[in-house]
Amino acid sequence: MSDLPILSIMIAVPLLAGIVALFLNASGARWIALIATLIDLALGLVLWVNYDPAGAQWQFVESVGLAGPVAWALGIDGIALMLIMLSVFLMPICIGASWRSIEQRVPEYMAAFLLMLALMIGVFAAQDLLLFYIFFEGGLIPMYLIIGIWGGAERIKASYKFFLYTLFGSVLMLVAMLVMIGIAGTSSIPALMAYDFAPGLQWWLWLAFFASFAVKMPMWPVHTWLPDAHVQAPTAGSVILAGVLLKMGGYGFIRFSLPMFPEASAQFVPFVFVLSGIAVVYTSLVALAQRDMKKLIAYSSVAHMAFVTFGLFAFNRQGIEGALLVMLSHGLVSGALFLCVGVIYDRLHTRDIDRYGGLSDNMPGYALLFMLFTMASVGLPGTSGFVGEFLALVGTYEASSWAGIVATTGIILGAAYMLFLYWRIAFGTQRNADAAAMPDLNAREWWLLTPIAAAVLWMGVYPESFMRPMRADVGRLLERIERAAPPGDSHLTAGKPASQAGVHSTPAENH
Amino acid sequence: MNIAAILPEILLTVGALVLMMVAAFGGRRASGVTTWVAVALLILAAIVTLGRPQDAGPLFGGLIVADGFGAFGKVLIFLSAAVAIIAAHGWFERDFEHASEYPVLILLASVGTAVMVSATSLITLYVGLELSALSSYVLAAYRRSDDRSAEAGLKYFVLGGLASGILLYGISLLYGFTGTTGFDGIAAAFARDSTPSIGLLFGLVFTLAGMAFKISAVPFHMWAPDVYEGAPTPVTAFFASAPKVAAVLLTTRICLDALGPAIDAWRQIVIFAALASIALGAIAAYGQTNIKRLLAYSSINNVGFALIGLAAGGPRGASAVLFYMAIYVVMTLGAFLCVLRMRDADGEPVESLASLSGLSQSRPGLAAAIAIFMFSLAGIPPLLGFWPKVVVFQAAIGEGLYWLAVAGFLGSVIGAYYYIKIVKILYFDAPAAPFAKAKAPVETALILAAALAVSPLGYLAIGPIGTLADKAAATLF
Repeated sequence: MSDLPILSIMIAVPLLAGIVALFLNASGARWIALIATLIDLALGLVLWVNYDPAGAQWQFVESVGLAGPVAWALGIDGIALMLIMLSVFLMPICIGASWRSIEQRVPEYMAAFLLMLALMIGVFAAQDLLLFYIFFEGGLIPMYLIIGIWGGAERIKASYKFFLYTLFGSVLMLVAMLVMIGIAGTSSIPALMAYDFAPGLQWWLWLAFFASFAVKMPMWPVHTWLPDAHVQAPTAGSVILAGVLLKMGGYGFIRFSLPMFPEASAQFVPFVFVLSGIAVVYTSLVALAQRDMKKLIAYSSVAHMAFVTFGLFAFNRQGIEGALLVMLSHGLVSGALFLCVGVIYDRLHTRDIDRYGGLSDNMPGYALLFMLFTMASVGLPGTSGFVGEFLALVGTYEASSWAGIVATTGIILGAAYMLFLYWRIAFGTQRNADAAAMPDLNAREWWLLTPIAAAVLWMGVYPESFMRPMRADVGRLLERIERAAPPGDSHLTAGKPASQAGVHSTPAENH
Repeated sequence: MNIAAILPEILLTVGALVLMMVAAFGGRRASGVTTWVAVALLILAAIVTLGRPQDAGPLFGGLIVADGFGAFGKVLIFLSAAVAIIAAHGWFERDFEHASEYPVLILLASVGTAVMVSATSLITLYVGLELSALSSYVLAAYRRSDDRSAEAGLKYFVLGGLASGILLYGISLLYGFTGTTGFDGIAAAFARDSTPSIGLLFGLVFTLAGMAFKISAVPFHMWAPDVYEGAPTPVTAFFASAPKVAAVLLTTRICLDALGPAIDAWRQIVIFAALASIALGAIAAYGQTNIKRLLAYSSINNVGFALIGLAAGGPRGASAVLFYMAIYVVMTLGAFLCVLRMRDADGEPVESLASLSGLSQSRPGLAAAIAIFMFSLAGIPPLLGFWPKVVVFQAAIGEGLYWLAVAGFLGSVIGAYYYIKIVKILYFDAPAAPFAKAKAPVETALILAAALAVSPLGYLAIGPIGTLADKAAATLF
């Protein structure tokens, strides 16, 4: 088992299937896409089963020195493992969600999704800086096509915005990467994670990486591409965007910004907290005012991602573990919410909230699942949302009580806009005859939503399964940043009354 | 006298003269013969160039050199000239009566460009440049009955003459203040005094200005869009490849060899030209509706990136320039080969971007090929076009030119807009009238080969190409 280059196979399977799909007819392309993604899911499960949480930091390592300075170096730690699991779990569901709703140019559609899957796995598994960048940026091409070809009415503007915004952030990161390779003399990510750059240089490098990850994440104020892209993309495209692509930003902070530039990260804590605080409050309020279902969920994504940045830059175990769980949970929940929107969009072809109402009468099964995911998004105990958000908030409060207070308002506001959405769609009187005549979930839709529902409950009730592979890696990260970040480096949020609970004071280990 | 060292040039010159006779007496019927013989000659010349020892040293009293740097450029030039001839064969066969001289002119231009990349003296430099330029003027006006082609030829000639004048003025100043036309002597003169005299600086500036015209770098780029648009498409493909490579390599050799000690003097000029070319190439392309014009701006943009490698200087910079040009030629020739396939239902060539609308539905293969070339020219990974940009920026960063790298990369984002606009036209728009289907197996094979080369598979080749470029660049120093 150990000799098998399983990560390369996981990348190659969708890639080859995508090329084959291009030459098939619509139904052949659908089936090959489903089979390929299920194979990847099975391989992912093999990875998870064989991953040893107490073992080496990097497992399933493969490295082939591609000619030139870039190496085909793959390997995963627990964090990458869980994100790869998220990708391979969501992908068959995306294919299933597109089974009927995509009727035009199906082979190209399936090929684009399969390429996307290969690139996503590559991003999380890459151990070479430039290889990472190639996978990271390569995702732009299929996503650009997915939004532009199969998207809604404003798809072209949205696709341009998505492409250029993300590219703009990323090229700055590329400059920083080239600088790092020049100085450290290696492009190996594990080696760079242990390399100490001069603090003055770290400052610039951190900013360059931040430009890319903040756009990808997305953080306020560079989030504006996201509502457009999410709203215009086809349902499955939104699921992948919200479920996996946004996680690349958080992954980037964990993999690059924090361990490679610990001093700069500590310096920028107030900056990140301010941006995240604004994001939580502002985008939640914007979400509250939306009349378009997808846009509402898109803004809620921005708010949830702010919990991730709060948690990551809290510099303590609760914060980072919470941020990781929020990432996983949000991947599942927002994906599921977009699927829920897709279900009724397929029936009525409108995303306007006012056109629905009282769906719990004619679609009880739908209303049940939708409620579960709404509650998970709100962060109700027992669902996946609670665990991550609670930990992230605890960590943030420890770092800065003001940041903790601002972040916690996000929970209340989140409850407000999500419950308001649910009320308008599922409860109330049935105002529209066509909405009242919609049939309940069919078998295919049950098959799509119940696995996610199960995962959401599992993560809510027993998060240990998901936390176990990542715990050692969080410990290693903490070791790295605690040692490198001198206590005096952290400050309270600028412009706000000073509080005694500094970032550095009690990096508590016990919880 | 080492005749063997210039065997490729002799081969091509003699071949061109013989073929000219064949064309003169054979007329139109001879076009097949001249085409394939010329292609064979070019491939043979490329093989001879590759198989020859590269340490022949200065030849003919330092007029010319047969080193690895020149050989790298010559192989690129000969192969892209061969592609330009193949591409033209089917094109002229359809709608024009004079096809048999075309390969002869390309051969002569190739000889000129080959001399350019191996020149080590201002005189040889000028002779090679003019030989290639004169052939190019004729080629630009090759479709005599077409107004646009005639206009392109005239514009190219007048502006090219002006540029040659500027260059000659620079050459005369350099000669006057150093007393030699050899690159070694000029370098020695620059090295002698720590601050070059004002006359030398003027010579340097004028020489570089003349070269900037030849590589169509901003601010001497204005001829390129008009000439690229007006010239017959196969000729445009040639202009964008072989003479471009030669001019960029010649500029590199002048800067690093003859002007090597004066790097602080020319680096700022090159940086300005690089950034201005990147920015203008990107911004001016926005409003274009003609694909050839757009590709002209794309080539201005790309030259800017190659110049970033030159600005870095040193063996790494020279190697980066070589690497960049090698990949650039493949991408640009591939793109032009696709443009050659754009013909409406009557077989008339079309060049408007609008005619590409929805091509992915009528001709998925062709659309995919164009999309690959566009993403690659934009430098989006995982396509190969990403890598040469990394290489040139790595060279610049290695020299501490961080701001240049940041500015250049931001320019590439601006440029990405119009490349993805073409992809949008191909994939997102409603289909326009479909193109005529043409049977052209050789061209199709070439497009396929180029598309595969710039696909991620091409990354397997970056090691060997990089090694070759490093070796070739090392011979400059």
